[in-house]
Amino acid sequence: MKAYFGRRVMLSASHRLHSEALSAEENRAAYGKCNNPYGHGHNYVVEVLVGGAVDPETGMVVNLAVLDEAIRKRVLERFDHMNLNVDPLFLKQAPTTENLCREVFGLLKDGLPAGELECVRMEETENNFFEYYGN
Amino acid sequence: MIFLTRRATFSASHYYWNEAWTAEENERVFGRCANRNGHGHNYTLEVTVAGEPDAVTGFVVDLKWLKDVMEREVLADFDHRHLNLEVQEFAEGRLNPTSENIAIVAWNRLEPVVDGAGGARLSCVRVYETPEIFAEYRGES
Repeated sequence: MKAYFGRRVMLSASHRLHSEALSAEENRAAYGKCNNPYGHGHNYVVEVLVGGAVDPETGMVVNLAVLDEAIRKRVLERFDHMNLNVDPLFLKQAPTTENLCREVFGLLKDGLPAGELECVRMEETENNFFEYYGN
Repeated sequence: MIFLTRRATFSASHYYWNEAWTAEENERVFGRCANRNGHGHNYTLEVTVAGEPDAVTGFVVDLKWLKDVMEREVLADFDHRHLNLEVQEFAEGRLNPTSENIAIVAWNRLEPVVDGAGGARLSCVRVYETPEIFAEYRGES
């Protein structure tokens, strides 16, 4: 029987939205105050949704403690209390929350202890969030 | 197609245990959740139904009706109860009361009533164990 297990964790990071492909004026027009030179930060909420068969022995899609460890190692250690712009993943693309959402999906996809990654939802503030289903 | 979701809360206690395993195995796999004295949560139950709005009322389903169905089929049995000891589907070690299984049991109780009413169909049952941990079941085999 297929079910889904969801885990929400917070990560705090700074970023500056800026594209080398755009002029200073174009960057300002595209990104507004998110283009301010010294960056700013967010408390992101990452919601990881894992789909899979419910193990008849445990009643679980995935063991929470083991999933937490994978999220900690692959995502939090990399991004929490960091500046996203200096991460190699964002040297050639702006660290928008869309791109962060997609990169977190990629980092977790092959590292889950059980089940399949269904969706990563990245909440930048309480009022805006992004979801990526891997396609 | 419109998806309509109704939320409700219930408070219950549970523990995780597989009778086929030794105590050591249970404690290794389930950690603190294997404490046989149990522990509790404030659960949130989210029930999503899908359908077309009625031409006369504009409702997919009457929200008061859905609230009563959730109350009668799930909350009346689950709220302020010990799931392992007092809820038939989980009792006597039949099923581990994980959030996944709570979602499946709630689905199995709600689906015949919601789908049997002839309007909307049950689409998803999501159970939050804490604001950060949830499971959902969409009726998939």
